[in-house]
Amino acid sequence: MSEFVAGWPILSIVTFLPAAGALLILLSRASARGENVGYDNGVKLLTLLITIATFVASLFAFAAFDFRNPDYQLQESIPWAFGASYAMGVDTLAMSLVMLTTFLTPICILASWVIEKQVSSYMVLFLILESLMIGVFCAQDIILFYIFFEAGLIPMFILIGVWGGERRVYAAFKFFLYTLLGSLLMLVAIIYMIAVAGTSNIPALTAFAQGGGFSPDVQIWLWLAFFASFAVKMPMWPVHTWLPDAHVEAPTAASVVLAAILLKMGGYGFLRFSLPMFPDASHYFTPFVFLLSVIAIVWASLVAFRQVDMKKLIAYSSVAHMGFVTMGIFSGNEQGIQGAIFQMLSHGIISGALFLCVGVVYDRMHTREIAFYGGLVNRMPVYAAVFMLFTMGNVGLPGTSGFPGEILTMVGAFQVNAWIAAAAALGVIFSAAYALTLYRKVALGNIENPKLDKIADLDAREWVQFVPLVIATLIMGLAPTYVLDFTANSAQTIISQFAGAAQ
Amino acid sequence: MNPVIDLSRDLPLARPELLLVAFALIGAVLGAWFKDRIFAALSTLGVVAILSAGLLAVALNPGAAVQIFQGAMIVDGVAAFAKALIAIAAAATLALGADYFTTTKEQRFEFPILVALATLGMFVMVSAQDLISLYVGVELQSLAAYVLAAWRRDDARSSESGLKYFVLSAISSGLLLFGSSFVYGFTGSIHFDAIAAAVGEGAGGVGLIFGLVLMLCALGFKMSAAPFHMWTPDVYEGAPTPITAFFAAAPKVAAVALMARLLYGPFADVTAQWQQVVAALAAISMVWGSVAALIQTNLKRLMAYSSIGNMGFALMGLAAGTEQGPSSALIYLSLYLPSTIGMFALILAMRRDGESAETVADLAGMARKRPWMATLFTMLLFSVAGIPPFAGFIGKLAVFTATVDGHLYWLAILGGVAAVVAAAYYLRLVASIWFAPPAAQLQSPSGTIMVTALASAALSFPVLVLLLGALQSAAENAVRMSF
Repeated sequence: MSEFVAGWPILSIVTFLPAAGALLILLSRASARGENVGYDNGVKLLTLLITIATFVASLFAFAAFDFRNPDYQLQESIPWAFGASYAMGVDTLAMSLVMLTTFLTPICILASWVIEKQVSSYMVLFLILESLMIGVFCAQDIILFYIFFEAGLIPMFILIGVWGGERRVYAAFKFFLYTLLGSLLMLVAIIYMIAVAGTSNIPALTAFAQGGGFSPDVQIWLWLAFFASFAVKMPMWPVHTWLPDAHVEAPTAASVVLAAILLKMGGYGFLRFSLPMFPDASHYFTPFVFLLSVIAIVWASLVAFRQVDMKKLIAYSSVAHMGFVTMGIFSGNEQGIQGAIFQMLSHGIISGALFLCVGVVYDRMHTREIAFYGGLVNRMPVYAAVFMLFTMGNVGLPGTSGFPGEILTMVGAFQVNAWIAAAAALGVIFSAAYALTLYRKVALGNIENPKLDKIADLDAREWVQFVPLVIATLIMGLAPTYVLDFTANSAQTIISQFAGAAQ
Repeated sequence: MNPVIDLSRDLPLARPELLLVAFALIGAVLGAWFKDRIFAALSTLGVVAILSAGLLAVALNPGAAVQIFQGAMIVDGVAAFAKALIAIAAAATLALGADYFTTTKEQRFEFPILVALATLGMFVMVSAQDLISLYVGVELQSLAAYVLAAWRRDDARSSESGLKYFVLSAISSGLLLFGSSFVYGFTGSIHFDAIAAAVGEGAGGVGLIFGLVLMLCALGFKMSAAPFHMWTPDVYEGAPTPITAFFAAAPKVAAVALMARLLYGPFADVTAQWQQVVAALAAISMVWGSVAALIQTNLKRLMAYSSIGNMGFALMGLAAGTEQGPSSALIYLSLYLPSTIGMFALILAMRRDGESAETVADLAGMARKRPWMATLFTMLLFSVAGIPPFAGFIGKLAVFTATVDGHLYWLAILGGVAAVVAAAYYLRLVASIWFAPPAAQLQSPSGTIMVTALASAALSFPVLVLLLGALQSAAENAVRMSF
């Protein structure tokens, strides 16, 4: 298949296929005679097909991609202005995140089947969002990266604000402004780096930085500016407060995208920029990041335990899990970084699936209050089984994808600082406490609430939604080496870049 | 400086200005004869004349700076670039205005003539090469603008707006003259080249800087940079909307280009002296433009503060003091113009039962009632807010780059913070468009308005973003030729 795509700008195709689909829907809206149910269903189907086509296109890219080669591959470059260019290219880290994105988006569209208001606008925004997310991971020019990174706020803002829950407007604003402030500081740092290095190409910038282009003092400032952006995106304690609001108020599919993909941009940013470009500053700040990570893990787990809203609980559990990612990244050794990448991918699937699980009962009962539910296993056995699998994944049970990431990041951190690893292990226990409690309250016991008497089990659409996620969780849990071998190259490169400048 | 005016050489180079003069004079005679019946024809002719003048200015760009009329004016890259922008902005707003006044039945033939005269004033401003032509250009532009602001003679708000504009602007003209007299007194010449030479030799000292600062204050007033912005919200709100659109677009370009010429021409050798002043103007404008806009409910007032903030960003580019400075400001303006014009086109389109509906609340639910207008409005708002991938972001990127290159890091960071605050009020409009329950249905917009809005949105993304390379090299070549 690699011959098939030879000479094709395959990354651009994957990136802009959804956007082209969005344009198609916009144009179709102009010709449609008003919006009606038939038109809406057509739009939903078309969107699903576009996202599946994108996934297929990304499979072609995947096939043409050689994971044994540590370099950027499938490169494209067209000069633009300000010395920047439209440069695309992926290494194994980026490729794995692209695959995660294209894999999850069709599932999100399926989960969006319940949307009834302004369907065509919703689908257009979702497709644009997919394009931008893929673009973030494919961009090989730092300006291009920033454009994709920042532009993603626009569709997300509108998605939360129009189709979200009761406090959606507040959540949308908070999400947008929080992330924008962090990003603009990063933009100033990016401009400074380009001015000093004379290039905006990411590999060239990395080489420049590796050659000692940024003095340690300068690195500190640049690192902090990038940290402002990525820590908010990640999100790390104490700048995580936008996340529970945004997650809770967003429509199900947008929550999935937020948790599964948008949060990964923070980790991706640390791995792509902070560690390789500012290695001295990263060393300098490692204890600081460790501390924040551990606080996030322990504190967010405790807060999660006290939540009465299912989505909010999962949102706080995301904060805790992202704590493992940052801890792994900054441990700077193979286990830590491999574990962090693995945890990012696994969290993408598990947290996405958990939000879908909440979505299933929310669509039926229109409440996310934990106390409302109870005994669902009696009426919805299949749902209860699926929910249990992902709860176990969230806890990090061996055999699910949650396990390898957590254990590897802890092993990585242990080599640097045993206390940090021990504190993080405490978080694992807490996560079992809140996740299992949630499951017990919602699924086990007898049905006490008469409103639940008629609740139906998963329908065909929801089956289709969950099956790929279940398979992915189990494969990643039982045979983590497939993923770990794939990402090994990127991890090695980052480790050597991080360690190289420490001397 | 040529001792004798060589008309056979100079006049052909002044053809853009002469074309505008001819249109204004002939239009006035025709108007006196045919009265307001000729409004539509004269407006169309005006659009053609202004666009041709802009086109001529680009076509006549000699490839090296040429001074004409004994060095009173200059024909060079920056002048050509700015004239092209001014002509496009003025023509677009004239077309929008003609359409609007036809709807409101206020077809008075003076409108296209006044717009052409103001445009002529701006052309003179950007070509000014001595203190006299600088002042004449500024005044011609302003005089036409006062009349335009008071366009609705029977309307108290419009008259107030005209009067306020006139009185406050007169003060700033006084400052401009006072400052010019200082500069002349301490350098002994009105001509920019001679001033530059004197400044280079260290003439003047504090007196010269005093004069320069006074001139900067006056120009800051004309471009509505804070703290000289007080007239802007009232004038924007009081004047009829198409005239506000005109104020918000072309004169900004002229004022910024003129300031660039002044700073990077005669005063290029005292960069350190004026840099702080321009940086302070930029900082105050950015911050105040964003903060004060947060509480506005009238869209035109809000756009006034938005333009104050945006001028702050343009000035931030000028403050850089490097060769990138003026070119980044030019790029910023060329990317800012389409968003502003498109936005005003859509504000013009907001009419309900024959009345204009121009508060934030009137936007409510536009996404459901008029999805196309809402889509365009959203794109333009995000562009002005400077969110990628829209043109407005690229403009901000240009000025940020220039600022960082000029080592004004504090200004760049302050600009970033101001941009976040500004984003909050643009988002408020987006929120109203998308999130709020629908208000009563708006009238369907006219063809001219929709074409203008669509073209502006398309320019904001993706046209100008894709053509940025060409735009950048045009701006840089222009600056290299001029300074």
